[in-house]
Amino acid sequence: MDKFSKLTAAACPINQTNLNTDQILPARYLKWTRAMGIGKVLFQDLRFDAEGKENPDFPINRPAWRNARIVVGGRNFGCGSSREAAVYALYDYGVRVVIAPSFGDIFSGNAIQNGLVLAMVTDDEAAEIMAALQQTPELPVTVDLEQQTIVCGNRTYSFSIDPVRRMRLLNGWDDIALTESYRDRIATFKTDDQAKRPWAIPHTSA
Amino acid sequence: MSQPQTLIDKLWAAHEIVCREDGQSLLWVDRHYVHEGSFHAFGKLAERGVAVAEPGLTFGVADHYVPTRGSRRDIANPELARMVRQVEENTAKHGVKLFGLDDPRQGIVHVVGPEQGLTLPGLLIVCGDSHTSTHGALGAYAFGIGASEVAHVLMTQAIWQKKPPRMRITVDGVATPGVAAKDIVLAIIAHVGADGATRHAIEFAGSAIRALSIEGRLTLCNMSIEAGARCGTVAPDEKTFAYLKGRPYAPQGAEFDRAVGEWSSLTTDRDAQFDRDVKLDAKDIAPTVTWGTSPEDALPIDASVPDPAREPDEARASYLRGALEYMGIAPGRKLTDIAVDRVFIGSCTNSRIEDLRAAAAVLAGRTSKVPGLVSAGSTLIKRQAEEEGLDRIFLDAGLEWGESGCSMCVGINGDLVASGERCASTTNRNFRGRQGPGARTHLMSPAMVAAAAINGHLADVRPLLAGRKV
Repeated sequence: MDKFSKLTAAACPINQTNLNTDQILPARYLKWTRAMGIGKVLFQDLRFDAEGKENPDFPINRPAWRNARIVVGGRNFGCGSSREAAVYALYDYGVRVVIAPSFGDIFSGNAIQNGLVLAMVTDDEAAEIMAALQQTPELPVTVDLEQQTIVCGNRTYSFSIDPVRRMRLLNGWDDIALTESYRDRIATFKTDDQAKRPWAIPHTSA
Repeated sequence: MSQPQTLIDKLWAAHEIVCREDGQSLLWVDRHYVHEGSFHAFGKLAERGVAVAEPGLTFGVADHYVPTRGSRRDIANPELARMVRQVEENTAKHGVKLFGLDDPRQGIVHVVGPEQGLTLPGLLIVCGDSHTSTHGALGAYAFGIGASEVAHVLMTQAIWQKKPPRMRITVDGVATPGVAAKDIVLAIIAHVGADGATRHAIEFAGSAIRALSIEGRLTLCNMSIEAGARCGTVAPDEKTFAYLKGRPYAPQGAEFDRAVGEWSSLTTDRDAQFDRDVKLDAKDIAPTVTWGTSPEDALPIDASVPDPAREPDEARASYLRGALEYMGIAPGRKLTDIAVDRVFIGSCTNSRIEDLRAAAAVLAGRTSKVPGLVSAGSTLIKRQAEEEGLDRIFLDAGLEWGESGCSMCVGINGDLVASGERCASTTNRNFRGRQGPGARTHLMSPAMVAAAAINGHLADVRPLLAGRKV
């Protein structure tokens, strides 16, 4: 997993609450492997109509935001299905940070596994950043994970992120490496637990 | 005396292998369910050249991509065939038991787990599917995870989690006839919002929850995720134990009795503290349907859809306009004036025998004005329904009687609602395009779907229940 410390880039406002993972990556692409280019179909049904014609009103289709590496969203961004491919689609499109007032729980877990930074701000702050971007689409936004700040124009916001997740993103750590150091503890737990909760083992003559 | 604990605290403590100073806990996983969509995770194992750590605690199903019509042995669509073959190969390679298409126990993962007695009180259960919250209905701690976490669990049988805040949703009172678990959970989601329980672990409590059958509790916990929750659970009781007794993978004989003894302590202690408490009264809940594009857009059937012009908050008004436009509904329209094009009864939310009976009780001797599909949650349920003659009722009403799978809930097996079409559906998500690009979904209970079928528009099921045994 790549490390993240600081990024200055174009930021695309998508002013929708409950933007679920079905919108981020429609289900028909779930059989794709990542190598098939899942970034190409990010927001597919919002970006294109049924005939494949681009919807010029969808923000990420606008010239200033086409290469955005930051997305600013509404409340409950990434709710719904657990599909991690929604995170792959964002990341492979080039997005490294999503700024929003709240995020879907499973989506948050998936983001951390893939180096996508989720920066939580208040509803008002998200609205303010989106308004600034609507006014000046080219306005670059800086997200600094060390400082936990977002700079947008002449405003600086602090954002919240779980401290453990922040450390992992800064260092590019993955779960498996961490768990390896607890292998013995897992084995001991398993032995003790089988004595304590024999009923937890599936009945095997089934 | 030790601190009083909630059910959630007890479930958590029983699985904690390590609790780090930074608040991260490594939890033991008792059951891991995999399906066709788990291929990303198996790919990660292949990359590292490692085996599944606990194949005996891992169970596979073919559900998301399986056809519900036509041959299932020889799947015509090569992409679907490949997805099913992939889960067969991945599970075979790692010695994981698969409930595949040739297995009479095949079905939707969240139906099969409880049905086979794999899901038990006190277990920690994960699956790469957000509706894993379903299994909490039996008193398990169950939650959906992403592909990287699936790979981690396959490799270690453990998962890192931060202990979630605890939320109790109490529904007291008596639900009126015609009000099902689905109505209760839609009312809860409308009340707390689609992110109202985000990150929280929910315990559902109260007399109206206790009164629900196990099937009803499965419906309830299934949609916890639609309120944003990590998981939802109901304390196990006599109904839970009766449901589990004799199920193939559940403990048998004296072992079962011993287990019941331990499961009986899985309740919230008196005076235990929750981080949030929400209360509803069942008597205030009417048959409920969704009108918009989020499950929180739920209203009693006698209501009208919102009118953005009367909404003072501009952001909210803008959301309402967008949702109504997508759904093709005029502002302020009465729900019962909304005509439907088709119906769907199925999915991990509402495809169990009780759900099929509820729909059949309304449809018996009546005809559907629109086409529709009924897909039982498992092949065993399908057989049982056929033994009870429910298939005849659906067929006589003009509906299709399909095979078991996720089917039209997510549409990736090819069961789609056409663009612009409106579907009354027993599923869990009315997201834009969920049942197919441009599809319009109204969520409701099986009985309410039956009422919509008979009327050809959204309708209150209660008048149709007069004189019927339900």
